[in-house]
Amino acid sequence: MMPDLGKYAVEVMGSYGVSLLALALLCVVYIRRSSLVKRALITAEARKDA
Amino acid sequence: MNSTSTSKRFWDAFWQLANPKVFMGWSGRWLPWLVGLTILFLGSGLIWGFFFTPDDTRQGSTVKIIYLHVPAALMAINGYLLMFVGSLVWLIRRQHVSVLAAKAAAPVGMTMTLIALATGAIWGQPMWGTYWVWDPRLTSFLILFLFYTGYIALWAAIEDDDTAADLTSVLALVGSVFALLSRYAVLFWSQGLHQGTTVNLVDGAKQENISNVFFQPLLLSMVGFGLLFVTLLLIGTRTELRRRRLKVLQARERMQ
Repeated sequence: MMPDLGKYAVEVMGSYGVSLLALALLCVVYIRRSSLVKRALITAEARKDA
Repeated sequence: MNSTSTSKRFWDAFWQLANPKVFMGWSGRWLPWLVGLTILFLGSGLIWGFFFTPDDTRQGSTVKIIYLHVPAALMAINGYLLMFVGSLVWLIRRQHVSVLAAKAAAPVGMTMTLIALATGAIWGQPMWGTYWVWDPRLTSFLILFLFYTGYIALWAAIEDDDTAADLTSVLALVGSVFALLSRYAVLFWSQGLHQGTTVNLVDGAKQENISNVFFQPLLLSMVGFGLLFVTLLLIGTRTELRRRRLKVLQARERMQ
């Protein structure tokens, strides 16, 4: 299944590793921040309506 | 229905998105679809490119880096151009959604620029014999990365949101010159080591710079990166709108 990357295996795997890690981190940061702010806003709205 | 009324309806609908409530409703409906399409296109483009394409006769297996490098570079440039439009709309029409969209786009664009620079350097070493060269396109891309960093830092440094929006918008307008230069630098200066445009879809025709066996998964990957950008842009803009509302509520609480 794994393609034979020959003498450039380090370069190709390194590129995919760095890029996918950066994209995954970016997604986690955006989703986590979104959920934190959403929760804080719901709490603040509830306090306002109370 | 004639094209003028269709165009008018489109722009009317577009400007309605400047209303935060309309934007939240619209983006909330589209987000699940965008997430699904992003996974589909990005996953299939990268899996096809990595596992099921042959090596290039000259570049060997390093050609597989193209499925990350080109889409990331494309989104790095277009992300900054989106920030340019959002900032311009803010400066002219004072619409918060537009400048908050620009703010949400910046970390995504910066990450795309970083990926393009890193994969370019890793690819450059075996092909050019060096990780870095002060070539016009590479240099303007590095400056673009610095503009992204500066834009994010400026937002973080200023407490008043409207002042931060004004100043960062001016910075975004200035930096857009480098976003364009990173795409067209080779037309003004020397070609340098970096090759010319890999994919050119202008005039509706693909120029024969790349074989179809590489182009088809590359196209999927480019669409996937674009969808990822839009998805994160919507998530980020929704977060910024909520954060703005939260600040208003907290300010009201403090005054009571």
